[in-house]
Amino acid sequence: MFGFGILSGVTFLPLVGVAFLLTQKGDDETSLKNIRWATLATTIATFVLSLVVWSRFDTASAAFQFVEEKNWLGSGLVYKMGVDGFSMPFVLLTTFLMPFAILASWESVEKRVKEYMIAFLVLETLMVGVFCALDLVLFYLFFEGGLIPMFLIIGIWGGKRRVYASFKFFLYTLVGSLLMLVAILAMYGKAGTTDIAVLLKTDFPKEMQTWLWLAFFASFAVKMPMWPVHTWLPDAHVEAPTAGSVILAAILLKMGGYGFIRFSLPMFPDASTYFAPFVYALSVIAIVYTSLVALVQEDIKKLIAYSSVAHMGYVTMGLFTLNAQGMQGAIFQMISHGFVSGALFLCVGVIYDRMHTREIAAYGGLVNRMPIYAFVFMLFTMANVGLPGTTGFIGEFLSLTGAFQANSWVALIATSGVVLSAAYALYLYRRVIFGALEKASLKSITDLTPREIAIFAPLVLITIYYGVQPQPILSATQASVDNLIQTHTALIDAIKLAAAGH
Amino acid sequence: MIYAIVFLPLVGFLIAGALGPWIGARASELVTTGLLMVCAVLSWIVFFDVALGHDHGYAPIVGNWMTVGALKIDWALRVDTLTAVMLVVVNTVSSLVHLYSIGYMHEDPDRPRFFAYLSLFTFAMLMLVTADNLVQMFFGWEGVGLASYLLIGFWYQKPSANAAAIKAFVVNRVGDFGFALGIFLVFQLTKSLGFEEVFAAVPGLAGKTIHVFGMDVDALTMAALLLFVGAMGKSAQFFLHTWLPDAMEGPTPVSALIHAATMVTAGVFMVARLSPIFEYAPTALEFVTIIGAVTAFFAATVGLVQNDIKRVIAYSTCSQLGYMFVAEGVGAYSLGIFHLFTHAFFKALLFLGAGSVIHAMHHEQDMRNMGGLRKDIPFTFAMMTIGTLALTGFPFTAGYFSKDGIIEAAFAAGEHRTTAMIGFVATVVAAGLTSYYSWRLVFMTFFGHRPAHSVAVNHSHDEPSTDDHAHGHDDHGHDDHGHHAPHESPLVMLIPLAVLAIGALGAGYVFEPDFAGHAYDEFWKGALFTGEHNEILHEMHAIPAWAGFAPTAMMVLGFLVSLYVYVLKPGTAQALARIFPRLYQFLLNKWYFDELYDFLFVRPAFAIGRLFWKGGDGAIIDGLGPDGVAARVADGARLAVRLQTGYVYHYAFAMLIGVAAVVTYFVAGGLR
Repeated sequence: MFGFGILSGVTFLPLVGVAFLLTQKGDDETSLKNIRWATLATTIATFVLSLVVWSRFDTASAAFQFVEEKNWLGSGLVYKMGVDGFSMPFVLLTTFLMPFAILASWESVEKRVKEYMIAFLVLETLMVGVFCALDLVLFYLFFEGGLIPMFLIIGIWGGKRRVYASFKFFLYTLVGSLLMLVAILAMYGKAGTTDIAVLLKTDFPKEMQTWLWLAFFASFAVKMPMWPVHTWLPDAHVEAPTAGSVILAAILLKMGGYGFIRFSLPMFPDASTYFAPFVYALSVIAIVYTSLVALVQEDIKKLIAYSSVAHMGYVTMGLFTLNAQGMQGAIFQMISHGFVSGALFLCVGVIYDRMHTREIAAYGGLVNRMPIYAFVFMLFTMANVGLPGTTGFIGEFLSLTGAFQANSWVALIATSGVVLSAAYALYLYRRVIFGALEKASLKSITDLTPREIAIFAPLVLITIYYGVQPQPILSATQASVDNLIQTHTALIDAIKLAAAGH
Repeated sequence: MIYAIVFLPLVGFLIAGALGPWIGARASELVTTGLLMVCAVLSWIVFFDVALGHDHGYAPIVGNWMTVGALKIDWALRVDTLTAVMLVVVNTVSSLVHLYSIGYMHEDPDRPRFFAYLSLFTFAMLMLVTADNLVQMFFGWEGVGLASYLLIGFWYQKPSANAAAIKAFVVNRVGDFGFALGIFLVFQLTKSLGFEEVFAAVPGLAGKTIHVFGMDVDALTMAALLLFVGAMGKSAQFFLHTWLPDAMEGPTPVSALIHAATMVTAGVFMVARLSPIFEYAPTALEFVTIIGAVTAFFAATVGLVQNDIKRVIAYSTCSQLGYMFVAEGVGAYSLGIFHLFTHAFFKALLFLGAGSVIHAMHHEQDMRNMGGLRKDIPFTFAMMTIGTLALTGFPFTAGYFSKDGIIEAAFAAGEHRTTAMIGFVATVVAAGLTSYYSWRLVFMTFFGHRPAHSVAVNHSHDEPSTDDHAHGHDDHGHDDHGHHAPHESPLVMLIPLAVLAIGALGAGYVFEPDFAGHAYDEFWKGALFTGEHNEILHEMHAIPAWAGFAPTAMMVLGFLVSLYVYVLKPGTAQALARIFPRLYQFLLNKWYFDELYDFLFVRPAFAIGRLFWKGGDGAIIDGLGPDGVAARVADGARLAVRLQTGYVYHYAFAMLIGVAAVVTYFVAGGLR
């Protein structure tokens, strides 16, 4: 089809759905139904198509696959797409979670349904694009473009302080984005191309690496988010509608981590080694600090948002260990956090739809009337605290194993997170689910509907399945991680040799 | 066969958990109990094959769990003598507790959930004892922690039960924190986590120094100590014991299964399983001895004055676990496991007996409201007496062999090591205290007279009474308003007591030669490792006669004092409490550990969390960052004011950066 490959298909298929939605006029029940079903069908089709990519993906190779390249308007800019072991899991995570986001908005979104669905489909295109782009400029476009639909989702369908939240997010992102843009220009000036595959083989001078690393770091650290630039996240989560929170936590946060693996670590190896202790420091502070903050939250969504920041601390820590366990663990942690935090925000959405409050104090004793919900929430709470047998354990365990080999102090402080996470997560669970059902407002609350069960069932299964059998995900990333580590070690060794020669 | 043993409880859990609401409570009970009975029978067959027979054990691999770089972890089911002993203990007690619960819980509307949790626990415990690598052990370790959490909080309408459940999980996580770090260190040292590979690498690491946490330390000592922190958490040893007494908020069968016979002994099992590491870490073993000794003594002193029948037994459990660690600390791993084995019988017997008492008293747990029950529930009385005899080490009962063996081993090792001598003194003293509080329990419960105000029905203590969710035990109380006399429990509860009583009487005499006697080698077949200079099992037979008689003498003494205080001269206890009010309060409040930890950890955690939230995130980061910028942009007039206050934030922000810099320096600057 026009000479484009299957990755372009996955990326732009949601836009086909958008085209259909634009033809839908009217606000009556029938057209709303059409809009919802069409959106769901689009996201499912996208997921199926990404599965086709996955089935043909060669996990033994570290090279880019399904590469497609086109000149863009003859301007020297290149449209280049491809996936490797780093990006493949994220593409699948994105396409897998989108149908859940749509299903979660089925009844809770009542105003401007069409625009809402369009925003989500455009967002999907941009997110998949981020993970597939093999050209720096293209990446930047997708990366920054993804913010726009998210702004709109928070700003239009969000809660009371939505403007404040979007504004805060904007301020944070602005600085990072500008710095990254400058860095991209500098890289272009040095290498004469923005082709990522070429840039990966380019040796940037040590001095320059430092500045480039810092510029990219500014952008990715905000996205992760890392301490101390994390404060936009709790507000954004609190104000976003349920599906917005799900996508924000499950996928948008992963773009920072993906950026580190795709750019910072392989392209600026010297600077990455140089700055690794700095990243460790911010990571372990994030783990302890935000876990303690999560302990005292009064808003369920805020608590989970802070817990996300803590979990991203394991990711940044694991990535910069530059050993197999640490990096694979960090990537796994990102995937796992996608399932688990996404599901946790869906859990909050369930009771928010019923009670229209996120305040912990407004709940209590839900298990009495919602046993299935209590089970689902318990499972994801346990996955969140890293109980073995769930995906949460694999990521935490591997990244900590890697961290211990890199630096035992870092592992010591980070491991204390397992105590704190148990404390805040179970304390939350107790206040919301356990106890006697005494509040009058909760007396008639109902358990999960079939639609909600259908949303949670696949997530429950996948969280346990990949907790017991994580190998499919681990082997998908293995070749690329090994390749990165080998290249990195070779480079560092060469530098050491050169230094010794002087 | 081992597949069936391990996975049948999982099947039971899935059936009762997922289908419970449809198939009903009775079917859930029968399915889970039936499957556990099968497991128990199969476990004994494995025990006869592997431990008593000539089968050297096996470790079939179920599948790969994860492979990352050098790290390769399989799901495997390792069976050797040590595992076989644990299989027998776990499945025997678990099946009896399942059976007993049919009677004990018969009025609870949530029985399917209860039996599902029991089976889930059993599955996790079986995964723990059949682990062939540290990570699967950790899986079972956390799995039993989850089941324990769920079962302690089973009556979720009680705030105290919920608090106890969280406490149990979080305190155990503190132990797991150490366990996890131990796993990381072992991996760093041996590049492997499978038992065979690790054990093969350990001798080569003996005496090797490693730089970790900024210190140069003996590698194996550090690894053993970190792993032992995990054992301390799970086995409720001193410093990490605070969750166990609170765990008594769970239903009594749970206390018998999880908090007496099986889960809490996981730490003892772990040290025995890792004996190849601990044998090369003598300093760590001394630490194990000291912790065990202190726990044995400490818990026994607290047990002296508790009034809740279950808490007395809980502290007794804590104390007996200390004995097991003393045994392992002096190198007598087999004695530790032997005591684990016998203890499972008599302690489960005591707990289930206490459950029968509580059942008879309509959920009264305070012993001050009991008395004279031997005439009302004679069978339970007989069983409790047998359990008490075994616990206190009455000659030829189970405890006599295992407990006295530990004390003798500690004395023998004490000739070389001071810590072992401390272990000896602590365990001898604790033997006397054990005898005292155990007989105190019997005398307060079964002898004397019930106070007039206790009309047997004082159920408000145990159960929440204000809820619309009709709760079984409340109904129970109301049902019995007509007839207040304590009643003997149904047969389904008494049979497990009888079976356990047989174990409590005979397990020591029958198995002593295998566990620690002349059949040692044929029995263990190398499942426990002892260094070439470890001759503790021989040395313990060469100790002076007085040391051998000391525990028995202490047992008699404790009994006589208890008899005097509670039967011959009632009121002596109260008088003593009046004479030593400080000491009494100190013991009654459990050495003030809960208050201390609340002051040291819980409150600061919340306070710091609040400070970071409002101060760190709110005032400093947001104040200086987005909010500050916004304010300046939005309102120029307030700019000056903002800047003024902004200075404070600048300092604070500089402080935050300073913290980051210090931590960076810390992790960067050679402190690896």
